[in-house]
Amino acid sequence: MFVRFLEIIGASVLELLYFIGDVMLLFIGALKQMPVKIRVRHVIHQMSHLGVDTLPIVSLTMMFTGMVMTLQVANEFIKMGAESTVGGIIAIAIGRELGPVLVGVVAAGRVGSAMTAEISTMKVTEQIDALRVMGTNPLGYLVVPRMLACMIMVPLLTVYGDVIGVVGGWGVAKYYSGISSYVYVNSIPEYAVLNDLTGGLVKAVVFGVVIAVLGCYYGMKAPEGAEGVGKATTKSVVSAIVVIFMLNVLLSMVLY
Amino acid sequence: MIKIENVSMSFGDKKVLDSINLEIKDGETLAIIGGSGSGKSTLLRLMIGLDHPTGGKIWLRDKDIAHMPEKELDELRLHMGMVFQYSALFDSMTVGDNVAFGLREHTDYSEKKIAEIVKEKLEVVGLPGTEDMMPGELSGGMKKRVSLARAIAFGPEIIFYDEPSSGLDPIMTDKIDELIISTQKRLGVTSVVVTHDMDSAIHIADRIAMIYEGKLIAVDTVDNFRRIEDPRVKAFLRGLYIGKEA
Repeated sequence: MFVRFLEIIGASVLELLYFIGDVMLLFIGALKQMPVKIRVRHVIHQMSHLGVDTLPIVSLTMMFTGMVMTLQVANEFIKMGAESTVGGIIAIAIGRELGPVLVGVVAAGRVGSAMTAEISTMKVTEQIDALRVMGTNPLGYLVVPRMLACMIMVPLLTVYGDVIGVVGGWGVAKYYSGISSYVYVNSIPEYAVLNDLTGGLVKAVVFGVVIAVLGCYYGMKAPEGAEGVGKATTKSVVSAIVVIFMLNVLLSMVLY
Repeated sequence: MIKIENVSMSFGDKKVLDSINLEIKDGETLAIIGGSGSGKSTLLRLMIGLDHPTGGKIWLRDKDIAHMPEKELDELRLHMGMVFQYSALFDSMTVGDNVAFGLREHTDYSEKKIAEIVKEKLEVVGLPGTEDMMPGELSGGMKKRVSLARAIAFGPEIIFYDEPSSGLDPIMTDKIDELIISTQKRLGVTSVVVTHDMDSAIHIADRIAMIYEGKLIAVDTVDNFRRIEDPRVKAFLRGLYIGKEA
Protein backbone atom coordinates (compact mmCIF):
# COMPACT_ATOMS: atom_id res chain seq x y z
CA MET A 1 0.00 0.00 0.00
CA PHE A 2 2.77 2.41 1.05
CA VAL A 3 4.90 1.42 -1.96
CA ARG A 4 1.93 2.02 -4.24
CA PHE A 5 1.49 5.46 -2.66
CA LEU A 6 5.16 6.29 -3.26
CA GLU A 7 4.85 5.07 -6.85
CA ILE A 8 1.94 7.41 -7.46
CA ILE A 9 3.84 10.35 -5.92
CA GLY A 10 6.93 9.49 -7.98
CA ALA A 11 4.93 9.21 -11.20
CA SER A 12 3.25 12.57 -10.53
CA VAL A 13 6.59 14.27 -9.87
CA LEU A 14 8.07 12.79 -13.03
CA GLU A 15 5.04 13.92 -15.01
CA LEU A 16 5.35 17.44 -13.59
CA LEU A 17 9.07 17.60 -14.38
CA TYR A 18 8.41 16.31 -17.89
CA PHE A 19 5.72 18.97 -18.36
CA ILE A 20 7.98 21.78 -17.08
CA GLY A 21 10.83 20.61 -19.30
CA ASP A 22 8.58 20.38 -22.33
CA VAL A 23 7.14 23.87 -21.77
CA MET A 24 10.62 25.31 -21.25
CA LEU A 25 11.80 23.70 -24.50
CA LEU A 26 8.94 25.38 -26.36
CA PHE A 27 9.70 28.71 -24.67
CA ILE A 28 13.43 28.51 -25.47
CA GLY A 29 12.64 27.37 -29.02
CA ALA A 30 10.40 30.43 -29.46
CA LEU A 31 13.09 32.73 -28.02
CA LYS A 32 15.59 31.28 -30.52
CA GLN A 33 13.18 32.03 -33.36
CA MET A 34 12.83 35.70 -32.38
CA PRO A 35 16.05 36.89 -34.03
CA VAL A 36 15.29 34.82 -37.16
CA LYS A 37 12.15 36.65 -38.21
CA ILE A 38 9.50 38.69 -36.44
CA ARG A 39 6.25 38.86 -38.38
CA VAL A 40 5.13 42.34 -37.37
CA ARG A 41 1.77 42.01 -39.15
CA HIS A 42 0.99 38.86 -37.19
CA VAL A 43 2.01 40.48 -33.90
CA ILE A 44 -0.31 43.43 -34.57
CA HIS A 45 -3.10 41.07 -35.60
CA GLN A 46 -2.71 39.11 -32.37
CA MET A 47 -2.52 42.33 -30.33
CA SER A 48 -5.76 43.60 -31.81
CA HIS A 49 -7.40 40.23 -31.12
CA LEU A 50 -6.19 40.30 -27.55
CA GLY A 51 -7.25 43.90 -26.99
CA VAL A 52 -10.70 43.63 -28.57
CA ASP A 53 -11.47 40.29 -26.92
CA THR A 54 -10.32 41.28 -23.46
CA LEU A 55 -11.06 45.00 -23.01
CA PRO A 56 -14.75 44.76 -22.07
CA ILE A 57 -14.25 41.96 -19.56
CA VAL A 58 -11.15 43.67 -18.07
CA SER A 59 -13.22 46.85 -17.66
CA LEU A 60 -16.01 45.06 -15.84
CA THR A 61 -13.73 42.89 -13.68
CA MET A 62 -11.48 45.71 -12.59
CA MET A 63 -14.28 48.21 -12.00
CA PHE A 64 -16.22 45.85 -9.74
CA THR A 65 -13.02 44.73 -7.98
CA GLY A 66 -12.09 48.36 -7.23
CA MET A 67 -15.63 49.00 -6.02
CA VAL A 68 -15.85 45.99 -3.71
CA MET A 69 -12.36 46.58 -2.33
CA THR A 70 -13.31 50.14 -1.43
CA LEU A 71 -16.60 48.95 -0.01
CA GLN A 72 -14.77 46.64 2.42
CA VAL A 73 -11.90 49.00 3.23
CA ALA A 74 -13.54 52.44 3.41
CA ASN A 75 -16.00 51.90 6.26
CA GLU A 76 -13.39 50.22 8.48
CA PHE A 77 -10.89 52.99 7.77
CA ILE A 78 -13.49 55.70 8.45
CA LYS A 79 -14.13 54.11 11.86
CA MET A 80 -10.40 54.42 12.60
CA GLY A 81 -10.30 57.97 11.21
CA ALA A 82 -8.04 56.91 8.37
CA GLU A 83 -10.27 57.80 5.42
CA SER A 84 -7.44 59.90 3.98
CA THR A 85 -5.55 56.66 3.20
CA VAL A 86 -8.30 54.83 1.31
CA GLY A 87 -7.34 56.02 -2.20
CA GLY A 88 -3.68 55.15 -1.64
CA ILE A 89 -4.48 51.71 -0.24
CA ILE A 90 -6.76 50.88 -3.15
CA ALA A 91 -4.18 52.12 -5.68
CA ILE A 92 -1.41 50.06 -4.09
CA ALA A 93 -3.53 46.91 -3.89
CA ILE A 94 -4.67 47.26 -7.47
CA GLY A 95 -1.31 48.35 -8.89
CA ARG A 96 0.73 45.68 -7.16
CA GLU A 97 -1.55 42.66 -7.06
CA LEU A 98 -5.13 42.85 -8.24
CA GLY A 99 -4.48 44.58 -11.57
CA PRO A 100 -1.85 42.24 -13.01
CA VAL A 101 -3.33 39.06 -11.50
CA LEU A 102 -6.93 39.68 -12.51
CA VAL A 103 -6.02 40.91 -15.98
CA GLY A 104 -3.77 37.85 -16.32
CA VAL A 105 -6.58 35.53 -15.28
CA VAL A 106 -9.07 37.23 -17.60
CA ALA A 107 -6.61 37.09 -20.52
CA ALA A 108 -5.84 33.43 -19.80
CA GLY A 109 -9.54 32.60 -19.94
CA ARG A 110 -10.33 34.73 -22.95
CA VAL A 111 -7.18 34.61 -25.08
CA GLY A 112 -5.17 31.62 -23.83
CA SER A 113 -8.12 29.33 -24.47
CA ALA A 114 -8.61 30.78 -27.97
CA MET A 115 -4.91 30.21 -28.75
CA THR A 116 -5.11 26.59 -27.65
CA ALA A 117 -8.31 25.96 -29.60
CA GLU A 118 -6.90 27.57 -32.76
CA ILE A 119 -3.51 25.86 -32.66
CA SER A 120 -4.90 22.46 -31.69
CA THR A 121 -7.36 22.65 -34.59
CA MET A 122 -4.44 23.53 -36.87
CA LYS A 123 -2.58 20.51 -35.52
CA VAL A 124 -5.48 18.11 -35.99
CA THR A 125 -6.07 19.32 -39.56
CA GLU A 126 -2.34 18.96 -40.42
CA GLN A 127 -1.91 22.71 -40.89
CA ILE A 128 1.12 22.71 -38.58
CA ASP A 129 2.65 19.90 -40.66
CA ALA A 130 1.91 22.02 -43.74
CA LEU A 131 3.88 24.89 -42.19
CA ARG A 132 6.84 22.59 -41.59
CA VAL A 133 6.64 21.13 -45.09
CA MET A 134 6.83 24.65 -46.49
CA GLY A 135 10.03 25.30 -44.51
CA THR A 136 8.37 27.53 -41.92
CA ASN A 137 9.14 26.92 -38.27
CA PRO A 138 5.81 26.66 -36.37
CA LEU A 139 7.37 28.17 -33.25
CA GLY A 140 8.44 31.25 -35.19
CA TYR A 141 5.16 31.49 -37.08
CA LEU A 142 2.64 30.64 -34.36
CA VAL A 143 4.24 31.07 -30.94
CA VAL A 144 6.48 34.13 -31.35
CA PRO A 145 3.76 36.56 -32.56
CA ARG A 146 1.38 35.39 -29.81
CA MET A 147 4.05 35.66 -27.15
CA LEU A 148 5.07 39.17 -28.23
CA ALA A 149 1.44 40.26 -28.46
CA CYS A 150 0.76 39.02 -24.92
CA MET A 151 3.96 40.59 -23.59
CA ILE A 152 2.83 43.96 -24.95
CA MET A 153 -0.92 43.80 -24.47
CA VAL A 154 -1.24 42.26 -20.99
CA PRO A 155 0.77 45.15 -19.40
CA LEU A 156 -1.21 47.72 -21.44
CA LEU A 157 -4.46 46.13 -20.33
CA THR A 158 -3.12 46.10 -16.77
CA VAL A 159 -2.50 49.86 -16.85
CA TYR A 160 -5.99 50.34 -18.22
CA GLY A 161 -7.43 47.94 -15.61
CA ASP A 162 -5.55 49.74 -12.81
CA VAL A 163 -7.12 53.05 -13.83
CA ILE A 164 -10.62 51.54 -14.10
CA GLY A 165 -10.21 49.83 -10.71
CA VAL A 166 -9.13 53.04 -8.98
CA VAL A 167 -11.99 54.94 -10.65
CA GLY A 168 -14.45 52.25 -9.51
CA GLY A 169 -13.08 52.63 -5.98
CA TRP A 170 -13.51 56.38 -6.19
CA GLY A 171 -17.18 55.95 -7.15
CA VAL A 172 -17.91 53.87 -4.04
CA ALA A 173 -15.72 56.06 -1.78
CA LYS A 174 -17.52 59.22 -2.86
CA TYR A 175 -21.14 58.12 -3.34
CA TYR A 176 -21.42 55.28 -0.82
CA SER A 177 -18.88 55.95 1.91
CA GLY A 178 -18.96 59.75 1.73
CA ILE A 179 -15.22 60.31 1.25
CA SER A 180 -14.60 63.45 -0.78
CA SER A 181 -12.98 63.21 -4.19
CA TYR A 182 -10.19 65.51 -3.03
CA VAL A 183 -9.26 63.23 -0.12
CA TYR A 184 -9.47 60.04 -2.22
CA VAL A 185 -7.42 61.38 -5.13
CA ASN A 186 -4.82 63.13 -2.97
CA SER A 187 -4.12 60.02 -0.96
CA ILE A 188 -3.01 58.17 -4.09
CA PRO A 189 0.30 60.01 -4.70
CA GLU A 190 0.78 60.28 -0.95
CA TYR A 191 0.95 56.53 -0.37
CA ALA A 192 1.48 54.88 -3.75
CA VAL A 193 4.86 55.11 -5.47
CA LEU A 194 5.83 54.50 -9.08
CA ASN A 195 7.26 51.10 -8.17
CA ASP A 196 3.75 49.92 -7.26
CA LEU A 197 2.76 50.41 -10.88
CA THR A 198 5.99 49.29 -12.57
CA GLY A 199 6.26 46.19 -10.38
CA GLY A 200 2.74 45.27 -11.44
CA LEU A 201 3.71 45.79 -15.07
CA VAL A 202 6.73 43.48 -14.72
CA LYS A 203 4.32 40.88 -13.39
CA ALA A 204 1.98 41.51 -16.32
CA VAL A 205 4.79 40.91 -18.84
CA VAL A 206 5.63 37.58 -17.15
CA PHE A 207 1.94 36.60 -17.04
CA GLY A 208 1.65 37.47 -20.73
CA VAL A 209 4.48 35.04 -21.52
CA VAL A 210 2.83 32.36 -19.35
CA ILE A 211 -0.54 32.74 -21.11
CA ALA A 212 0.97 32.60 -24.61
CA VAL A 213 3.44 29.79 -23.97
CA LEU A 214 0.91 27.55 -22.19
CA GLY A 215 -1.82 28.41 -24.71
CA CYS A 216 0.45 27.41 -27.59
CA TYR A 217 1.95 24.41 -25.75
CA TYR A 218 -1.40 22.78 -25.08
CA GLY A 219 -2.49 23.55 -28.63
CA MET A 220 0.54 21.83 -30.11
CA LYS A 221 0.26 18.83 -27.79
CA ALA A 222 -3.51 18.40 -28.19
CA PRO A 223 -4.63 14.83 -28.85
CA GLU A 224 -6.57 14.05 -32.02
CA GLY A 225 -10.28 14.74 -32.23
CA ALA A 226 -12.81 17.25 -30.98
CA GLU A 227 -12.62 15.90 -27.44
CA GLY A 228 -8.84 16.38 -27.47
CA VAL A 229 -9.24 20.03 -28.51
CA GLY A 230 -11.75 20.63 -25.69
CA LYS A 231 -9.57 18.99 -23.06
CA ALA A 232 -6.46 20.86 -24.22
CA THR A 233 -8.32 24.18 -23.99
CA THR A 234 -9.48 23.49 -20.43
CA LYS A 235 -6.00 22.36 -19.36
CA SER A 236 -4.43 25.44 -20.90
CA VAL A 237 -6.68 27.86 -18.98
CA VAL A 238 -6.43 26.00 -15.65
CA SER A 239 -2.64 25.67 -15.88
CA ALA A 240 -2.16 29.31 -16.86
CA ILE A 241 -4.29 30.52 -13.93
CA VAL A 242 -2.50 28.28 -11.42
CA VAL A 243 0.93 29.31 -12.73
CA ILE A 244 -0.07 33.00 -12.62
CA PHE A 245 -1.10 32.72 -8.94
CA MET A 246 2.08 30.81 -8.06
CA LEU A 247 4.41 33.16 -9.91
CA ASN A 248 2.59 36.13 -8.40
CA VAL A 249 3.74 35.14 -4.91
CA LEU A 250 7.31 34.70 -6.12
CA LEU A 251 7.33 37.98 -8.04
CA SER A 252 5.80 39.89 -5.10
CA MET A 253 8.65 38.63 -2.91
CA VAL A 254 11.24 39.73 -5.44
CA LEU A 255 9.71 43.02 -6.56
CA TYR A 256 8.50 44.55 -3.26
CA MET B 1 16.87 10.55 -56.27
CA ILE B 2 15.37 9.43 -52.98
CA LYS B 3 17.05 6.40 -51.43
CA ILE B 4 15.59 4.67 -48.43
CA GLU B 5 18.00 2.33 -46.67
CA ASN B 6 16.88 -0.14 -44.01
CA VAL B 7 14.35 2.30 -42.60
CA SER B 8 12.41 1.19 -39.55
CA MET B 9 9.91 3.09 -37.49
CA SER B 10 8.31 2.24 -34.18
CA PHE B 11 5.77 4.04 -32.02
CA GLY B 12 6.46 2.71 -28.54
CA ASP B 13 6.46 -1.08 -28.81
CA LYS B 14 4.60 -1.07 -32.09
CA LYS B 15 6.77 -1.50 -35.16
CA VAL B 16 5.14 0.38 -38.02
CA LEU B 17 7.87 0.03 -40.65
CA ASP B 18 10.38 -2.79 -40.80
CA SER B 19 13.67 -2.44 -42.74
CA ILE B 20 12.31 -0.70 -45.81
CA ASN B 21 14.66 -0.39 -48.79
CA LEU B 22 13.46 1.65 -51.75
CA GLU B 23 14.85 3.91 -54.46
CA ILE B 24 12.83 6.57 -56.25
CA LYS B 25 14.37 7.84 -59.45
CA ASP B 26 14.37 11.45 -60.59
CA GLY B 27 11.32 12.34 -62.65
CA GLU B 28 9.39 9.15 -61.99
CA THR B 29 6.01 8.74 -60.34
CA LEU B 30 6.01 6.08 -57.67
CA ALA B 31 2.77 4.98 -56.08
CA ILE B 32 3.02 3.46 -52.62
CA ILE B 33 0.00 1.29 -51.96
CA GLY B 34 -1.16 -0.69 -48.99
CA GLY B 35 -4.12 -1.15 -46.71
CA SER B 36 -5.12 1.15 -43.89
CA GLY B 37 -2.52 1.10 -41.13
CA SER B 38 0.09 -0.62 -43.32
CA GLY B 39 2.62 2.16 -42.72
CA LYS B 40 2.56 3.89 -46.12
CA SER B 41 1.66 7.35 -44.79
CA THR B 42 4.31 6.99 -42.09
CA LEU B 43 6.88 6.27 -44.81
CA LEU B 44 5.78 9.43 -46.64
CA ARG B 45 6.13 11.51 -43.46
CA LEU B 46 9.64 10.12 -42.99
CA MET B 47 10.58 11.02 -46.57
CA ILE B 48 9.68 14.67 -46.01
CA GLY B 49 11.22 14.76 -42.54
CA LEU B 50 7.99 15.29 -40.58
CA ASP B 51 8.97 12.30 -38.44
CA HIS B 52 12.35 10.71 -37.85
CA PRO B 53 12.88 6.96 -38.31
CA THR B 54 14.01 4.81 -35.41
CA GLY B 55 16.53 3.15 -37.73
CA GLY B 56 18.04 3.45 -41.19
CA LYS B 57 18.84 6.28 -43.57
CA ILE B 58 16.88 8.38 -46.04
CA TRP B 59 18.96 10.01 -48.76
CA LEU B 60 17.52 13.05 -50.45
CA ARG B 61 19.65 15.25 -52.72
CA ASP B 62 22.66 13.26 -51.42
CA LYS B 63 21.92 14.18 -47.82
CA ASP B 64 20.70 11.84 -45.09
CA ILE B 65 17.58 13.47 -43.73
CA ALA B 66 16.80 10.74 -41.21
CA HIS B 67 18.22 12.69 -38.31
CA MET B 68 18.84 16.06 -39.92
CA PRO B 69 18.26 19.13 -37.70
CA GLU B 70 14.99 20.95 -38.41
CA LYS B 71 16.76 24.08 -39.66
CA GLU B 72 18.62 22.18 -42.39
CA LEU B 73 15.45 20.26 -43.22
CA ASP B 74 13.59 23.56 -43.68
CA GLU B 75 16.06 24.54 -46.41
CA LEU B 76 15.74 21.16 -48.09
CA ARG B 77 11.95 21.27 -47.91
CA LEU B 78 11.93 24.34 -50.15
CA HIS B 79 12.63 21.85 -52.97
CA MET B 80 9.63 19.72 -52.05
CA GLY B 81 5.90 20.11 -52.06
CA MET B 82 3.21 18.09 -50.38
CA VAL B 83 -0.49 17.56 -50.95
CA PHE B 84 -2.03 16.43 -47.67
CA GLN B 85 -4.80 13.88 -47.28
CA TYR B 86 -7.24 16.50 -46.01
CA SER B 87 -5.57 19.33 -47.97
CA ALA B 88 -4.32 21.12 -44.80
CA LEU B 89 -5.16 24.55 -46.21
CA PHE B 90 -4.76 27.40 -43.72
CA ASP B 91 -8.41 28.06 -42.97
CA SER B 92 -7.84 31.60 -41.75
CA MET B 93 -6.40 32.62 -45.15
CA THR B 94 -7.91 33.03 -48.59
CA VAL B 95 -7.07 30.59 -51.39
CA GLY B 96 -4.69 33.18 -52.85
CA ASP B 97 -2.88 33.66 -49.54
CA ASN B 98 -2.57 29.89 -49.14
CA VAL B 99 -0.91 29.54 -52.54
CA ALA B 100 1.26 32.60 -51.90
CA PHE B 101 2.33 31.42 -48.44
CA GLY B 102 5.72 29.91 -49.35
CA LEU B 103 6.55 32.75 -51.71
CA ARG B 104 5.86 35.40 -49.03
CA GLU B 105 7.79 33.44 -46.41
CA HIS B 106 10.89 32.60 -48.40
CA THR B 107 11.29 35.11 -51.22
CA ASP B 108 11.43 38.87 -51.51
CA TYR B 109 9.17 38.89 -54.56
CA SER B 110 6.89 41.90 -54.94
CA GLU B 111 3.19 41.42 -54.23
CA LYS B 112 2.54 41.96 -57.94
CA LYS B 113 4.83 39.10 -58.92
CA ILE B 114 3.39 36.86 -56.21
CA ALA B 115 -0.14 37.61 -57.46
CA GLU B 116 0.93 36.62 -61.00
CA ILE B 117 2.41 33.32 -59.78
CA VAL B 118 -0.69 32.58 -57.69
CA LYS B 119 -2.94 33.28 -60.68
CA GLU B 120 -0.84 31.03 -62.91
CA LYS B 121 -0.76 28.13 -60.41
CA LEU B 122 -4.50 28.32 -59.82
CA GLU B 123 -5.03 28.21 -63.59
CA VAL B 124 -2.77 25.15 -63.80
CA VAL B 125 -4.99 23.29 -61.32
CA GLY B 126 -8.16 24.45 -63.06
CA LEU B 127 -9.33 26.96 -60.47
CA PRO B 128 -8.86 30.39 -62.05
CA GLY B 129 -10.33 33.36 -60.22
CA THR B 130 -10.66 31.66 -56.84
CA GLU B 131 -7.99 33.77 -55.11
CA ASP B 132 -10.42 35.55 -52.78
CA MET B 133 -12.40 32.49 -51.72
CA MET B 134 -11.95 30.99 -48.27
CA PRO B 135 -11.11 27.27 -47.90
CA GLY B 136 -14.44 26.75 -46.13
CA GLU B 137 -16.25 27.69 -49.34
CA LEU B 138 -14.52 24.98 -51.40
CA SER B 139 -15.50 21.37 -52.09
CA GLY B 140 -13.14 18.51 -51.17
CA GLY B 141 -11.83 18.23 -54.73
CA MET B 142 -11.26 21.98 -55.00
CA LYS B 143 -9.35 21.96 -51.71
CA LYS B 144 -7.09 19.20 -53.03
CA ARG B 145 -6.43 21.24 -56.16
CA VAL B 146 -5.62 24.37 -54.15
CA SER B 147 -3.32 22.22 -52.03
CA LEU B 148 -1.57 21.12 -55.22
CA ALA B 149 -1.33 24.75 -56.42
CA ARG B 150 0.28 25.63 -53.08
CA ALA B 151 2.67 22.68 -53.38
CA ILE B 152 3.86 23.69 -56.86
CA ALA B 153 3.98 27.46 -56.23
CA PHE B 154 7.60 27.36 -55.14
CA GLY B 155 8.75 25.19 -58.06
CA PRO B 156 9.53 21.95 -56.21
CA GLU B 157 11.61 19.06 -57.53
CA ILE B 158 9.64 16.44 -55.61
CA ILE B 159 5.93 16.36 -54.83
CA PHE B 160 4.49 14.06 -52.19
CA TYR B 161 0.81 13.17 -52.32
CA ASP B 162 -0.88 11.64 -49.29
CA GLU B 163 -4.05 9.84 -50.34
CA PRO B 164 -4.94 12.38 -53.05
CA SER B 165 -8.19 10.63 -53.97
CA SER B 166 -9.45 9.93 -50.47
CA GLY B 167 -12.97 11.22 -49.85
CA LEU B 168 -13.56 12.16 -53.50
CA ASP B 169 -16.15 10.87 -55.93
CA PRO B 170 -14.89 8.80 -58.92
CA ILE B 171 -15.09 11.74 -61.35
CA MET B 172 -13.12 14.05 -59.07
CA THR B 173 -10.66 11.22 -58.37
CA ASP B 174 -10.06 10.96 -62.10
CA LYS B 175 -9.58 14.72 -62.36
CA ILE B 176 -7.01 14.70 -59.57
CA ASP B 177 -5.22 11.75 -61.20
CA GLU B 178 -5.04 13.66 -64.49
CA LEU B 179 -3.71 16.66 -62.61
CA ILE B 180 -0.97 14.57 -60.99
CA ILE B 181 0.02 13.23 -64.43
CA SER B 182 -0.06 16.65 -66.11
CA THR B 183 1.89 18.26 -63.25
CA GLN B 184 4.54 15.58 -63.54
CA LYS B 185 4.80 16.07 -67.30
CA ARG B 186 4.72 19.86 -67.17
CA LEU B 187 7.23 20.31 -64.35
CA GLY B 188 9.26 17.11 -64.72
CA VAL B 189 9.04 16.56 -60.98
CA THR B 190 9.50 13.36 -59.04
CA SER B 191 6.17 12.32 -57.58
CA VAL B 192 5.53 10.02 -54.66
CA VAL B 193 1.88 9.12 -54.26
CA VAL B 194 0.59 7.25 -51.25
CA THR B 195 -2.79 5.74 -52.02
CA HIS B 196 -5.02 2.81 -51.25
CA ASP B 197 -6.80 3.27 -54.57
CA MET B 198 -5.41 0.62 -56.92
CA ASP B 199 -7.04 2.10 -60.04
CA SER B 200 -5.45 5.47 -59.34
CA ALA B 201 -2.05 3.88 -58.72
CA ILE B 202 -2.19 2.01 -62.05
CA HIS B 203 -3.36 5.15 -63.85
CA ILE B 204 -0.74 7.60 -62.60
CA ALA B 205 2.35 5.64 -61.63
CA ASP B 206 5.48 4.49 -63.45
CA ARG B 207 6.18 2.03 -60.65
CA ILE B 208 4.16 0.71 -57.73
CA ALA B 209 5.46 -0.29 -54.33
CA MET B 210 3.32 -2.20 -51.86
CA ILE B 211 3.67 -2.11 -48.11
CA TYR B 212 2.06 -4.84 -46.07
CA GLU B 213 2.17 -4.80 -42.27
CA GLY B 214 5.16 -2.45 -42.28
CA LYS B 215 7.20 -4.41 -44.83
CA LEU B 216 7.85 -3.59 -48.45
CA ILE B 217 6.62 -6.74 -50.16
CA ALA B 218 6.72 -5.68 -53.82
CA VAL B 219 8.01 -2.92 -56.05
CA ASP B 220 7.89 -2.98 -59.83
CA THR B 221 6.66 -1.26 -62.95
CA VAL B 222 2.90 -1.12 -63.34
CA ASP B 223 2.78 -3.91 -65.93
CA ASN B 224 5.04 -6.22 -63.97
CA PHE B 225 3.25 -5.41 -60.73
CA ARG B 226 0.00 -6.77 -62.14
CA ARG B 227 1.71 -10.10 -62.81
CA ILE B 228 3.17 -10.53 -59.31
CA GLU B 229 2.07 -13.87 -57.88
CA ASP B 230 2.29 -12.91 -54.21
CA PRO B 231 -1.20 -13.62 -52.80
CA ARG B 232 -1.16 -10.42 -50.73
CA VAL B 233 -0.53 -8.34 -53.85
CA LYS B 234 -3.11 -10.26 -55.85
CA ALA B 235 -5.67 -9.76 -53.12
CA PHE B 236 -5.03 -6.03 -53.05
CA LEU B 237 -5.25 -5.82 -56.84
CA ARG B 238 -8.64 -7.50 -56.75
CA GLY B 239 -9.80 -5.55 -53.73
CA LEU B 240 -10.24 -8.67 -51.64
CA TYR B 241 -9.78 -9.18 -47.94
CA ILE B 242 -6.45 -10.95 -47.58
CA GLY B 243 -7.97 -13.73 -45.46
CA LYS B 244 -9.99 -14.94 -48.48
CA GLU B 245 -7.03 -15.08 -50.78
CA ALA B 246 -4.09 -16.23 -48.70
